Amino acid sequence: MSSRYPTRWLLLAVLLFTRDAAAILTIEITQGAEGALPIAIVPFGWSGATALPPEDVAEVVTNDLARSGRFKPLPEQDLLARPHQGSEVRFRDWRILGMESLVVGQVHDRGGGNLEVQFQLFDVFRGEQLIGYSIPTTADGLRRTAHQVSDLIYEALTGERGAFTTRVAYVVASRAGGRESFQLQLADADGFGARAVLNSNRPIMSPAWSADGNRLAYVSFEEGRPEIYLQDTLSGQRRRLLPAGSSSSAPAWSPDGTRLALTSSRDGNPEIYVYDLTTSRLERLTQNPAIDTEPAWSPDSRTLVFTSDRGGGPQIYRMPATGGEPQRVTFEGRYNARASFSPDGKRLTLVHGGNNRYSIGVLEIDSGILQLLTDGALDESPSFAPNGSMIIYATAGHDRGVLAAVSVDGRVRQRLLLQEGDVRDPAWSPYRK
Amino acid sequence: MNNGFRLFAVAAGLFLLTACGTTGESKEGMAEGQAGASGSATDQGSAQASGVQPGGGATLHPLDDPANILSNQVIYFDFDSSTVKPESMQLITAHAAYLAENPGLRVRLEGHADERGSREYNLGLGERRSQAVERLLVLNGAGGNQLETISFGEERPVALGHDENAWWQNRRVEIVYPAR
Repeated sequence: MSSRYPTRWLLLAVLLFTRDAAAILTIEITQGAEGALPIAIVPFGWSGATALPPEDVAEVVTNDLARSGRFKPLPEQDLLARPHQGSEVRFRDWRILGMESLVVGQVHDRGGGNLEVQFQLFDVFRGEQLIGYSIPTTADGLRRTAHQVSDLIYEALTGERGAFTTRVAYVVASRAGGRESFQLQLADADGFGARAVLNSNRPIMSPAWSADGNRLAYVSFEEGRPEIYLQDTLSGQRRRLLPAGSSSSAPAWSPDGTRLALTSSRDGNPEIYVYDLTTSRLERLTQNPAIDTEPAWSPDSRTLVFTSDRGGGPQIYRMPATGGEPQRVTFEGRYNARASFSPDGKRLTLVHGGNNRYSIGVLEIDSGILQLLTDGALDESPSFAPNGSMIIYATAGHDRGVLAAVSVDGRVRQRLLLQEGDVRDPAWSPYRK
Repeated sequence: MNNGFRLFAVAAGLFLLTACGTTGESKEGMAEGQAGASGSATDQGSAQASGVQPGGGATLHPLDDPANILSNQVIYFDFDSSTVKPESMQLITAHAAYLAENPGLRVRLEGHADERGSREYNLGLGERRSQAVERLLVLNGAGGNQLETISFGEERPVALGHDENAWWQNRRVEIVYPAR
């Protein structure tokens, strides 16, 4: 067997801001919910000079609402009429189709690159408007505005905050011509606008969003061993967090924006540390020959959960974020790992292993009840949406890794398909502040 | 007598690995106690190695010669385990002897895990495996300063399948020598 000891660094880690760096993530709903609300979203009117507006707002909204699993949008070919405002609506048309809700709207060109989106949401049965908005925007901002429209409709009809303007970060591994390459990519939550923020020929792992959504922490092997890097998503500026040789990984930003929890083997085996972002002080929290890793913060930034095999196999433990005796939290099954809190702090999502299968589970913290949401064999890396309604995770496709999402009650599941590459390690962004 | 010593070294190695929370002190004590034993076991190994002349087109470097145990530089592990198996001990002692003979040589012990379970936990598992190999190499004569441990977790598989056929090949520690 020949030596693989590198005589020089072959790697070059390069920052890219390439638009559409990889093929677009497409969404495929594999399992819908019964009781999804029938809704008709009519293609919006357009008053601009060009034949078509820069974005098809109704299509973006339709796909957003369908993806949530809570809605069943009417296919465009089944539309009986195409009103653009309330005065043009005949509710009888929509009752015939069995619709409960109706969305109509227009995009106006206000000149000088300015646009305005107007829309109205109607209760078809009662024949009444529920909400109506006028949102100024630009050609570049139009898609984001469409997602805001989805958020407003979603909130009006479900009572929950929408998460359609959020983003996901994930890692793509490719093999081309026998050579491996890795990318850290960001995309909108609907998979649109994927762009690479890091290119490397060494592995990348564990992206984590800062609380304000402006920075990412991740693990990179570019210097030959795993180390945490922090990177500004806008400027691309990056730095290694700890001195070389720290073997750092599993970064997690505190929701209050002051600290990073992480794992480091600098003292001989993986332990949990907390790094203070203002003082740059590193504090060690665990003292145990076990593997202690994957720290995650409670929403109030006061508690950490983490994975430890101090009891024999990996289980979830909790301790105060300032340190203290860890208490075991999971008692079902021989393998529980990679826990993270729901936004309301009442649940943990985690990877649960049993019978040689690894699936995504949700643990109710108070009751201790663990529910499995997926039945995959190689599911991992679960991450809550910031409204707590869905969990994105990595799963095995036919011949490569893909991302999937499941509603928190387990009823709705979908795959996010990337055309090429092995996709893993998803992290759902927080709401933009 | 040699067989007896070899068995003792294996048993002692296993004892070290399976005992949790072994303190540094007792480890050193055992290493000292074993130095004599492994000395005679590895004398045989080094006698083999010195018979091969490097250089020239006809003879191979011991690390590359398929007839030499040193050309095998991968140690495999059972699922979820970082215990070096008894069948790997001959390989360990051979490399330990080679390193003891070449004190200027430094190697990296690269630990890996199969894809099952969480990536970050697997990073810890790979590290634990490389440290287990490191301890045994030191126990058998290698210098601590010749060894560097690193984990790649599940990130650098050699086999890409999703079954045990692939997984066992990925649960490994590679002894990586410098280019020659």
